[in-house]
Amino acid sequence: MDRKKFVSRSLEYAIVLILLLLVLFFSFVANFFFTASTFLTILRQVSITGIISVGMAFVIITGGIDLSVGSIAGVSSVTAALMMLGGMPIWLACLLTILISCIYGIINGLLVAKLDMPPLIATLGMMTALRGVAFIITDGLPVFGFSATYSNFAKGTLLGIPYMVLLLVVIFAIAKIVLERSVFGRYVYGLGGNAEATRLSGISIDSITVSVYALCGTLSGIAGLVLLSRTNSGQPSSGTDFEMDAITAVVLGGVSLTGGEGKLSLVMVGVLIMGVLSTGMLMCNINDYVQQLVKGLVLIGAVAFSSISQKVRQNMGAAKA
Amino acid sequence: MERQRRDHSLLSLIHSNQKGNEMDTPILRVENVSKVYSGVTVLDDVSLEIYPGEIHSLCGENGAGKSTLIKILTGAITPASGRIFVDGKQYDRLTPRQSMDLGIAVIYQEFSLIPFLTVTENIFYGREKSHLGLCSSREMRQKAIDLCNEMGIELDVDMRVKDLGIAYQQIVEILKAVSLNSRIIIMDEPTAPLTVHETAIFFRLIRRLKEKGTTIIFISHRLEEVFEICDRVTVLCDGHKVLTCMTGEIDRSRLVAAMVGREITNQYPAPSGNGDDGETILEVEDVSNRYVHDICFSLHKGEILGFGGLIGAGRTEVMRILFGLDPYSSGSIRFKGKPYRPRSTKQALDSGIGLIPEDRKRQGIVPCRPVRDNICLSVEKRLSDHWLLFGNAEKDLADESIRELNIKTSGLNQLIRNLSGGNQQKAVLAKMLATNCDVLIFDEPTRGIDVGAKQEIYELMVQLVKQGKSIIMVSSEMPELIGMSDRIIVMGSRTIQGELRRGEYTQERILDIASR
Repeated sequence: MDRKKFVSRSLEYAIVLILLLLVLFFSFVANFFFTASTFLTILRQVSITGIISVGMAFVIITGGIDLSVGSIAGVSSVTAALMMLGGMPIWLACLLTILISCIYGIINGLLVAKLDMPPLIATLGMMTALRGVAFIITDGLPVFGFSATYSNFAKGTLLGIPYMVLLLVVIFAIAKIVLERSVFGRYVYGLGGNAEATRLSGISIDSITVSVYALCGTLSGIAGLVLLSRTNSGQPSSGTDFEMDAITAVVLGGVSLTGGEGKLSLVMVGVLIMGVLSTGMLMCNINDYVQQLVKGLVLIGAVAFSSISQKVRQNMGAAKA
Repeated sequence: MERQRRDHSLLSLIHSNQKGNEMDTPILRVENVSKVYSGVTVLDDVSLEIYPGEIHSLCGENGAGKSTLIKILTGAITPASGRIFVDGKQYDRLTPRQSMDLGIAVIYQEFSLIPFLTVTENIFYGREKSHLGLCSSREMRQKAIDLCNEMGIELDVDMRVKDLGIAYQQIVEILKAVSLNSRIIIMDEPTAPLTVHETAIFFRLIRRLKEKGTTIIFISHRLEEVFEICDRVTVLCDGHKVLTCMTGEIDRSRLVAAMVGREITNQYPAPSGNGDDGETILEVEDVSNRYVHDICFSLHKGEILGFGGLIGAGRTEVMRILFGLDPYSSGSIRFKGKPYRPRSTKQALDSGIGLIPEDRKRQGIVPCRPVRDNICLSVEKRLSDHWLLFGNAEKDLADESIRELNIKTSGLNQLIRNLSGGNQQKAVLAKMLATNCDVLIFDEPTRGIDVGAKQEIYELMVQLVKQGKSIIMVSSEMPELIGMSDRIIVMGSRTIQGELRRGEYTQERILDIASR
């Protein structure tokens, strides 16, 4: 019994070990990797995909998936840029953009919940359509020249910690409370673990589904705003491949793709692994093409690891019967 | 027909007498087999002999070691010690392949059939007869028809398995085993999902198999069936073998006592005595929808109202209406004097009607979540403080439920999938009790759970009606229906066929009405 618990625990936390090993590895092979400034760079870099990964984790725990996160981030980034360029106050432009991203998420959720569309297809459609929107409203050109004060957010720090990293920490903390200590969180796990049983427990599973996609859309929109502040120009193609990074981070964090299982803190470890990997490879002068290869392999490896460890646990579980 | 059958059994009697000597050598012998899982002995020094052509029942509560023993026979797991003899040949362990080659087959509760393929295709799945790489469907089809005839089964071999009833799906499963030349067929609770009528068909097939010399190991929680169909019975309790004897040499209460390790004198608790004198709490009048029509009945306070009938009679469909899962198109329902038209399960629960679903695994539990969350799921909002769950409310409720319903778990955070069937069912029950509903619908409340847990659930039901709650119980287990209900409504052909009061009903009478 104890051995079983020990094995499943260590499988769960193997990911933390992998992160430490990666840091150790790059510290040896890359000069200047093991420095405070490199770590700050990594944190800055992961804050955007980290925010998206939080939303993605909610969606995947309910047993769904959201491929449209990158496009929502991209389209919200150019939407906000255009609004600011048109003279709208920064706060209003941000608020409206977040609202619009939430609506994109709600559309995803309605397609999945009310039309019973497979999440993969519904969000694939939205991913392409919203990327189209981003190009249409910008004529395919970058948007710049808006108030410079907006980019101060990405540059700003508090006690040496960048605002954007603090934003991720705050979002993560709130999300962790919501997932683990709120009624909504219980419903999210219930829906992913057994939708029918959850429905028969008197819970409207449709509204839970719509809510998680809305949440994911909203967080993607916020990520888009951070991205805009960081690059100081609205690129219609920005945010491409974010879904890939987010899904990989979530799966690395041990969230089961079949739903019902997963911990948000481990998802953050997954996010850090992705950041360490890409910064580390960059510092070792590994080119883009190889980086892409590695990222794909990491996703496959993460999924393989999760299904293998599930089998190990199942075999030990069967031992109970 | 009757005469023919008698000749048959006479013949087989002579047959078995002739084989008297052969009877002395068991086809399968298990000697001193033990199995230990992470420090827990689940099978302790069990020895067992199975003779060719017998129907041998394996009885025991959940967790007694039946499944483990079967898994050892099929090669799914390796025994820690002991030996297995098949046809006198000794094996220290069996691999799944060996087990198959020796002619051992298992029919599990969860079917391994492919729904969209036909009966023929399923029987020969993976061993399609081919002719230059093309499936020779005509040959396969003929073989399937021959097989059905041989077994005395009327079945359209071109039907897709998904269109068959559960009983026939199980029969296909058995035909598949027979076509594999299996000599020992192990059946793990084959009758659990079957109605009385289907069970009869199923038993005919089992007797036919026996006549053909097939050995059958039969596991069932329904003891009536053990006495009806089995030659000998072996009882396991907590991993030990308690006894093996002829079914004629033991009676029901002694068998149950052996299984639970204590004497259960009265299986059904005394009736509540409330009967249908209480005030009417639920009134259903001429309700129809796509699935059922002209449903009329009433439920009184403090009453257990049984719903009997064959599977597919529309009982579950009526319950779905009451629980807000399906709408009704005509008629009216009054609940506590007010019109009642639930549009969701939430509305049903808020109004005070709860349901314990028939399929525990698919509809009852969230397997990968802790016992605590499973118990609290329906009432999380009430337990929370502005949607947040920082307090001890969840823990307190779960603790109380575990204590009151005697749920055996190593702790609140134990994942519910690690509990036995009976304890899972009690947790599902606890979830509904927490909602404090006035009317509880039990759909097949004791399906696939062991005798001890069954007893506890019955006692709980009586306790609930004594507290003034009302219960609707849908059950396909006749003794349970008769033993527990104050009144029985019998359904058939998607409508209500009749109503019987306590004292009026017998098994034959219910069956008669159900098959009108």
